[in-house]
Amino acid sequence: MAGQNQRLNVVPTVTMLGVMKARLVGATRGHALLKKKSDALTVQFRAILKKIVAAKESMGDTMRASSFSLAEAKYVAGDGVRHVVLQSVRAASVRVRSHQENVAGVKLPKFTHFVDPAAASGGPSNASPSLTGLARGGQQVAACRAAHVKAIEVLVELASLQTSFLTLDEAIKTTNRRVNALENVVKPRIENTISYIKAELDELEREDFFRLKKIQGYKKREIERQMANAKLFAEEQLAEELALKRGISVGAAANLLVAGGEKDDDIIF
Amino acid sequence: MAGRANIPTNNSALIAVIADEDTVTGFLMAGVGNVDLRKKTNYLLVDNKTTVKQIEDAFKEFTAREDIAIVLISQYIANMIRFLVDSYNKPVPAILEIPSKDHPYDPAHDSVLSRVKYLFSSESVASERR
Repeated sequence: MAGQNQRLNVVPTVTMLGVMKARLVGATRGHALLKKKSDALTVQFRAILKKIVAAKESMGDTMRASSFSLAEAKYVAGDGVRHVVLQSVRAASVRVRSHQENVAGVKLPKFTHFVDPAAASGGPSNASPSLTGLARGGQQVAACRAAHVKAIEVLVELASLQTSFLTLDEAIKTTNRRVNALENVVKPRIENTISYIKAELDELEREDFFRLKKIQGYKKREIERQMANAKLFAEEQLAEELALKRGISVGAAANLLVAGGEKDDDIIF
Repeated sequence: MAGRANIPTNNSALIAVIADEDTVTGFLMAGVGNVDLRKKTNYLLVDNKTTVKQIEDAFKEFTAREDIAIVLISQYIANMIRFLVDSYNKPVPAILEIPSKDHPYDPAHDSVLSRVKYLFSSESVASERR
């Protein structure tokens, strides 16, 4: 994946160069921000982890305490307490409220437990708290209930921590994926594009320069040739004039000697 | 981002329990149990006659229900449906493994803590990035 550092396909103009530079700045800043976010999330993650480990320990203790108290209640109130409880379940009085907390930009769920008073103390439909263990062992039953309610508090706290943990895990993975993508794919591509545009611009400039020089060369040569021709012509003119002054035509004499000789029958060399 | 809009704010969600008789009794005594008009309960009493299929069905039902926020499951029962528990990855409801009377808590099997162990090995998110 890192070997495929191609560049984006763009027209190599100066405007594009500006655009690409702006994008590189944006990508760099985004990369730095995401790294900071990932670090913040990781710090939170470790803190939650520590809390989870502590909470699991305390949960083990509270559960043990509550099952002891249950055993006591069963011993005192008789084994039939189970059936009474099972029969008299109506609406839950212990409920959980879930809301979201924003931690470093990530929405984490949090659970709080509360006792729904309408179901706990209310009407004839929920008679379970008051009737269990009415015959004997009421105190043990009440103690057992209290121990279990405490256990539920710890458990709700733990569930809250656990969901935050899992959500943070996901968020950290996503953020890290983005950081790596920016670092290994997006930025190298933009940098390659920038160097490509610069190279093309340089080459265009060189081409222009070369063309200019070539044209200048042509022009110069043209001028030189014309000057040479003009000089030659001027010299011939001068020679003609001199010759005519002396009475002979140099040009004619040359013609006579070289080319005219074959055509003129009068000359026998 | 993950979980952007899928954690509804619920004002009175229930706690589901899948455990053995004593644990369920204790929680019911505390007031966790709920039976609604269609006689649907939020707890499952598991004894030695309960089949794995029943446990699976109850688990799937509890996790699909909108009004349940937490599912408490005894660890030895969770071991029976370990693959379901491990492949579950929604944030709500939260799955919590609790110890039971005759099976003390074993952190090696807990689906969340096993992820923690993995996290402190060398190829993970929390130990070192990149």
